[in-house]
Parts: sequence; C-alpha cells; structure tokens
Amino acid sequence: MRVTFPHMGNLYICLKAMLQYLGVDVVVPPPSSKKTLTLGVKYGPEFACMPLKLNLGNFIEAYGLGADTIIMAGGCGPCRFGYYAQIEYAILKDIGYEFQLIVIEPPERHISELFNKIRHITGNRSWWQVIQAIRFGYQKARAVDEIEMAAFKIRPRELVFGATDIAYRSALSLIDSASSPNELDRAKKRAGVIMAGVVLDESRPVLKIGLTGEIFTLLEPYSNLDVERHIGYLGAEVDRSIYLSEWVNDHLFLGMLKGLRSRKDACSAASPYLRHFVGGHGQETVGSAVNYARAGFDGLVQVFPFTCMPEIVAESILPEVSTEYGIPILTLIMDEHTGKTGIITRLEAFIDLLERKKEFRRHAFS
Amino acid sequence: MKGYLGIDVGSVSTKIVFMDESGVIHEAIYLRTQGIPIATVQKGLTELKKRLPSGLKVRGVGTTGSGRYLAGIVVGADTVKNEITAHAVASSLQVPGVQTIIEIGGQDSKIIILRNGVVSDFAMNTVCAAGTGSFLDQQAARLNIPVEKFGEIALRSQSPVRIAGRCAVFAESDMIHKQQMGCGLSDILAGLCDALVRNYLNNVGKGKEILAPVVFQGGVAANAGMINAFKKALGLAIQVPPYFDVMGAVGAALLSRETVSRTGSSRFKGFGVTDTEFKTGSFECSGCSNLCEVVQLAEDGNIIARWGDRCGKWSNAFAEQEKIS
Repeated sequence: MRVTFPHMGNLYICLKAMLQYLGVDVVVPPPSSKKTLTLGVKYGPEFACMPLKLNLGNFIEAYGLGADTIIMAGGCGPCRFGYYAQIEYAILKDIGYEFQLIVIEPPERHISELFNKIRHITGNRSWWQVIQAIRFGYQKARAVDEIEMAAFKIRPRELVFGATDIAYRSALSLIDSASSPNELDRAKKRAGVIMAGVVLDESRPVLKIGLTGEIFTLLEPYSNLDVERHIGYLGAEVDRSIYLSEWVNDHLFLGMLKGLRSRKDACSAASPYLRHFVGGHGQETVGSAVNYARAGFDGLVQVFPFTCMPEIVAESILPEVSTEYGIPILTLIMDEHTGKTGIITRLEAFIDLLERKKEFRRHAFS
Repeated sequence: MKGYLGIDVGSVSTKIVFMDESGVIHEAIYLRTQGIPIATVQKGLTELKKRLPSGLKVRGVGTTGSGRYLAGIVVGADTVKNEITAHAVASSLQVPGVQTIIEIGGQDSKIIILRNGVVSDFAMNTVCAAGTGSFLDQQAARLNIPVEKFGEIALRSQSPVRIAGRCAVFAESDMIHKQQMGCGLSDILAGLCDALVRNYLNNVGKGKEILAPVVFQGGVAANAGMINAFKKALGLAIQVPPYFDVMGAVGAALLSRETVSRTGSSRFKGFGVTDTEFKTGSFECSGCSNLCEVVQLAEDGNIIARWGDRCGKWSNAFAEQEKIS
C-alpha cells in the first residue's frame, strides 16, 4: 500500500510525519502547479470549485509516482466538499487510475467506523503508537505554523527583498526532514535561529491585515496566488484566521488542547450576525472578522474559491461587520486564473486606502 | 513649460496626458492598446511630443493601469500606481468633495467611495465583465452602429425593453430575441443601458452607500445612454468631468508630482524612448514544478527587467522597484 493525499499548503509535512511514524509508505504529490491545475481542469467538472480540480491533479501526479491509496477528508455538507472524495474517486476510475479510497469523515452509525478506517491504514500497530504518531504530526503542524507566523511578521520589515522567503523555505525543510520527536526539537530551534536571522528595518510603519475565508484557499498558496506574500511585500503584516494546528485541534482533538484559538471563539463572535452553521468556514469567517476588528487590525481580506457557497453567505454579511467596526474588507475570489496583476492591483489599492485612512485618523486626533 | 506626464495603459486603451505644474491639463491622448502596450506608449509619446511646444521639461512621470509596470520600466516612471488610487486622486482634484466615483473602462468596472477626501472603500468587478466597455463595443459592432452613436440612439427611446443584465451572454441572447420580435433599436439600446447599470449596482456597487456628488468616468462615461440610466437608477445628479476618459492618466501625473516633490529628480528616460527598440519575450522556467512563465524585457538588446517567477530567482536580479510579482 502506497498512500497519497491532496495538498493543502504545508499539510503534507504533518501528514507525512504522522504516516511515516507508523511505517506507512507515503507518496507526497509534487507541489500544486500549473500542471496540477491543467490536469484537474481537464478531468474535473467545470462547475466544481478549484479545490476539487487541484485535488484531482494531485492524485493523478501521485499515481505517476506509484501511489495506490488515497486518504481524503469527507464531510456531510452543506459545503460540496463532503462529496468530493467520492466524486474524485469516480472520475479517477473512469479515466483509468485505479486507487483504493479511504475517507476520513464523521462516522454514520458508530465511532468504530472511524477506528476501522484508521486500522486499515495503520495495520497491526498498537493504538498507543497511533496516538504517538498523531502527536508527532501535530507537533510538526505547530512548528510549521510558528515558522509561518514568524514569516508574516518579518516579511513587511525585511531589509533585503526576498530574504524572508529564503529563510522560510529552509526553516520549513528542516522541520520536514526531522524524523523523530527529538530531531524535531532540534530542528525547531535551528529553524527559529534561521527566521530570527533575517535583517529587519524595525522603524518601518507596518499595517496589520487579517486574512480570512475558506480553508483550502487560505492554506494553499498556489490557490490564492500567494496573497500572503504579496500583502507582506506591500508592507503589511498578515494574520490568518486558520492555521493547520488550530484546525487539527478543533477537528481531530475536538478542542482538547487549550490556549489555541478555536472555532468556538469565532462562532460566538459571529453570533450577532450569523448564528447558524452554513457549511465550510462561513460562520468562522464572519466571527474572525469581528475578532480581528476588535483586536485593532487595520483591514481584512477574505479569500475563497469561485462558487463557494458558505463564503458567499459570509461575504454578504461582512459589509455589516465592516460598517459597525469601521474596518475595510476586501474580498478576493480565486479560480483558474494565474495572472496576478488583478490581485496585486486590488491589494495595492486596498493598502493605499488603509494607509491613508490611518494617516487621516492620526491627523484628526493629533 | 514644465510639467508632468501621466500614462494609463489599460486593457483596451492607452491614455497619456501632459499636466503643467499647477495641475492644468494641456494635452490628452487616447489610443487603442491593441495588444501592443509598448508600441502604443511609444506612439503616444511621439504624438505628444509633436503637439507640445519645444523646450518643454518633463519633471516627472507616473504610470497606471494594468500595463503600468511594463510602461513604467519603458519610460522610467517616478511612480507606478494602481488605477484605483489614480482615479480617486484625479477625481478629488477635478470635482472637489466627490463622495462616489463610478468608473467603467474597457475590461473592468469599479466603484470608489470617498469620505472627507480619503478613499474609504472600493470594489472592482472580479468574476464578470458584463457591462464594461468591451461588451458595449461588441454590441455596437453587431448592430452595425458606431459606438460613439450608441448613447445618442439610446436617448431617443420612449419605452426601454427589459434586457437580462446578470451575464453578457444572457444579455446578448435577450437583445437578439427582442430584436427579432420587432422591438426598436433605441428601445433595445436603452434597455441594455438599464440592464448594465442594474448589473453594476448589484455586482460592483453592492453594499456601498452611494452619496452625491457622484462622478462617472472611464471610457463608458462618453455614452449618454449610460449616464441617463445611472441618473434614473440612483435618483442623483451624475457629473462627468471634462477629462473623464483619461482620468487614470491625470491621477498618475498628479501622483508623480507628489513623488518628485519628495525625491527631487525624475527618472524619466526622455522622449528618446520612442526610438529605442524594446523587445519582450517569455520562457518557462524549469527550476521547479511551478513552471513559472518568466517574461523579460530587453532595451536595445540588454535585458532590463524580468518578472513572473514565484521564487524571485529571475526577478531578484533587478532593482526592487522594477519588479512585478
């Protein structure tokens, strides 16, 4: 059995660690690229959202590297994603890629259904080992997130253009190559040193922008045309409403670990505007917009794939949050387009707006 | 005479203005980009030089529009700014106190909300180009009327027919259907204007508070039918500034004045750039699986800029402000 899974930003680092810890043979698909998208668009239904197309492309490319089993997340609506595992499996079968499919989703009748699926992947490893593996994967997710957060902070302040990206890539690969919890501890320290080594201009005025929206487009830089990096280059610090480790804690550990931001916080903040689960992360998007506004962020950027229903619901509520808290919000819809000019134009104008607004406020109060 | 150049390289048209130090526009040139932005900018500059008195000094240059980086590198711009900021700056100067800017160009449409002279919100069409200049152009061509006459004919309508406005494809099929039913041309055109305004307000203007004074600019503001439809839909007076079709360029010139007052000198390469040979080319980088399309620009055989790479391997070799992505 050679297991593969779809890409979603740095998820591969955490999943690979988890599976390899249990001795599972893992095939990481090549990073999502133009080729991935082309394959996905060719075989995927036109009206599906971009995540489905990238998933498909990832699987086809992984098949070429010898993968024969897919691990995929499921769900039960209202977002279409819950059905994607089955759809993708059917499409792959039609075009001649024979895979075995394992869908991790909320069990229909009994929790044992989930355990059976995990058993299927892990073979005869003990549950203790499985728990250790999940822990290891989680620690990697946390380490990766810390590097990302550091990069968000230093990118707008870097003295040498591109220095952050170089540090980020090498720090990430250190975490990725750590093969045991001990090694990971050492890698984390070294990664921290690398990130701290980027020379900064501390005096530069920097705006703070909250990035929120649909999880896949938030976490996968290929799908959002590197929006985080571009905001950084334009001189603003980013915070993202979803990080990998937070997501794992919320959905796999059911919020067991305290001290992390959780979906509960976001949902309670959303309650004056939206008290209902609307699928995907629609409710969280509204809630985190409120939280960012309260925390004094200068602006918000919402990203989601074209036709994403939960985020369309959120988008229609956000103007109200924007007026009540006086925080500008920019919505960016992602699809197949790879031309970045449109996105950069909007971001640049948005940051101009935020800067002038801040200046205006400073003058008004001084 | 001393002054500033503003260059707006849009998807459909390229606009160049010359503004003197007090902010008065002396010349404005409007050309079709026709897919060759560099040659169009060169052509425009040649034309501008002919029209302007000799002994003139360019104190600064600003570029804007979707081709702003390319144009900025070609001419040596002091400021390269997005079109939203440029339009807002120009409007505030021409119509003091403006609170809402409706801008409809060739491929995009935007709304800019200003309060107390500062941009407070904006939106740009993201996934739909229905209602932009290109679509009006195409429909005028299909009906065999010059696009300049479009507005005039639409104004003659007594009872506009209803045309679907959500999507250009729906709009066109609706227009054809009504035309085959025997509806008059002016009623169809007026109906189309209403539909496009409806689409604009729902799609681009959604959730925004539109307050007077409202300024309508961009190429489509030449269309009297569209002005009338906006008036009807908003119940507000619509102002069209004298240089409505070159406002982006006016804004770029104004912004360059701001920059040069700070930096002291201009980076303008001079009108000589019209004789320089610029060549663009692209290649696919095979350094990693991203397979980025890297574009490069050569000036008289020397490569002066590269962009399009995600990792910065190619673009980082050049000065920071000449970078595009």
